[in-house]
Amino acid sequence: MTPRRRPADRLVRSYVVTDGRAHPTRNTLDLVTLLIATDDLPLTGLNPEKRRLMELCRPGALSVAEVAGHLSLPVGVAKVLIADLMDSGHIVTRAPIPAARPTDAKILQEVLDGLRARL
Amino acid sequence: MDSAPASDDVYLRPSVQTAVKLLIVGHFAVGKTTFVGTLSEIRPLCTEEVMTEAGALVDDLAGMRDKTTTTVALDFGRLTLNDRLVLYLFGTPGQQRFTRLWQDMTRGALGALVLADSRRLSQSFEVMGVLEEHGLPYAVALNQFHDAPAYELDEVREALDLLPETPLVRCDARDRVSATRALIRLVEYLLTRTGHLEHA
Ligand SMILES: Nc1nc2c(ncn2[C@@H]2O[C@H](COP(=O)(O)OP(=O)(O)OP(=O)(O)O)[C@@H](O)[C@H]2O)c(=O)[nH]1
Ligand SMILES: [Mg+2]
Repeated sequence: MTPRRRPADRLVRSYVVTDGRAHPTRNTLDLVTLLIATDDLPLTGLNPEKRRLMELCRPGALSVAEVAGHLSLPVGVAKVLIADLMDSGHIVTRAPIPAARPTDAKILQEVLDGLRARL
Repeated sequence: MDSAPASDDVYLRPSVQTAVKLLIVGHFAVGKTTFVGTLSEIRPLCTEEVMTEAGALVDDLAGMRDKTTTTVALDFGRLTLNDRLVLYLFGTPGQQRFTRLWQDMTRGALGALVLADSRRLSQSFEVMGVLEEHGLPYAVALNQFHDAPAYELDEVREALDLLPETPLVRCDARDRVSATRALIRLVEYLLTRTGHLEHA
């Protein structure tokens, strides 16, 4: 189980890691947006939190939620960092689901087949 | 929790193109974390949203220190369903007051599985109300706890005041097959709603 951490300390730290900004520069990030690190840009000039994020993402794709979880950052803070790294070209996202997609029968059928195959 | 994961299967397969999400919701101690942990292929993770007491999602970190804030834990897990599709499960507490969290969680979600406990059925009303308010379709899974009265499903359906079409199944959140079957029932229902389920 995750040990209880003290929120107050972490909030101050969160504020520092995002340079005091809170609103992500992009509003399109969902918890399940998939993130891919580009491997041709240097990490010089990135703050330590962004560097950690890049190091986490370089070996393979992860969702926004997984990145926040692995780095023990609140989702809102992770989104700010990710949005910055998208602006600088360090991170690209894989096709987020369009709003209409959840009702797409084809996707639901694929989910159903995938679940049934697990039994 | 703090260091980068070492194992290879932490990462998604390179062929994965699409991620979808389902919510696993319910009142305190109903089995959300257990359910997500039973099905996840990765070590279940937990992250937090920071909210004001009024229920707004705090994304203004500058103001965060002045306000009374509370953190909401989200457990989540992952199931790779095929080479190109991955399913994320989010365990989400049921309190209505977390308005912005609900907006965020329900956006893009396929649907929700409401976990219920037959010893405390009335505690499920709040979360079902929230889902209805956000237009997210759901099925109900009745977790069987040891000392729980053995109600018939019909009695439970009536007590929960479910719509006739809302699926209600028994479930043991600790059991992989049982938990998978509950999700299958939910997704069958979601497909029915699109008018596309061939009758099995
Ligand atoms: N008998 C039985 N026990 C269960 C089942 N699901 C969960 N439990 C037990 O119930 C307790 C609470 O389960 P959790 O998974 O922590 O519940 P939760 O909904 O995540 O709780 P909170 O996050 O605190 O709201 C644990 O001791 C579980 O082992 C079930 O299906 N059957
Ligand atoms: Mg829990």
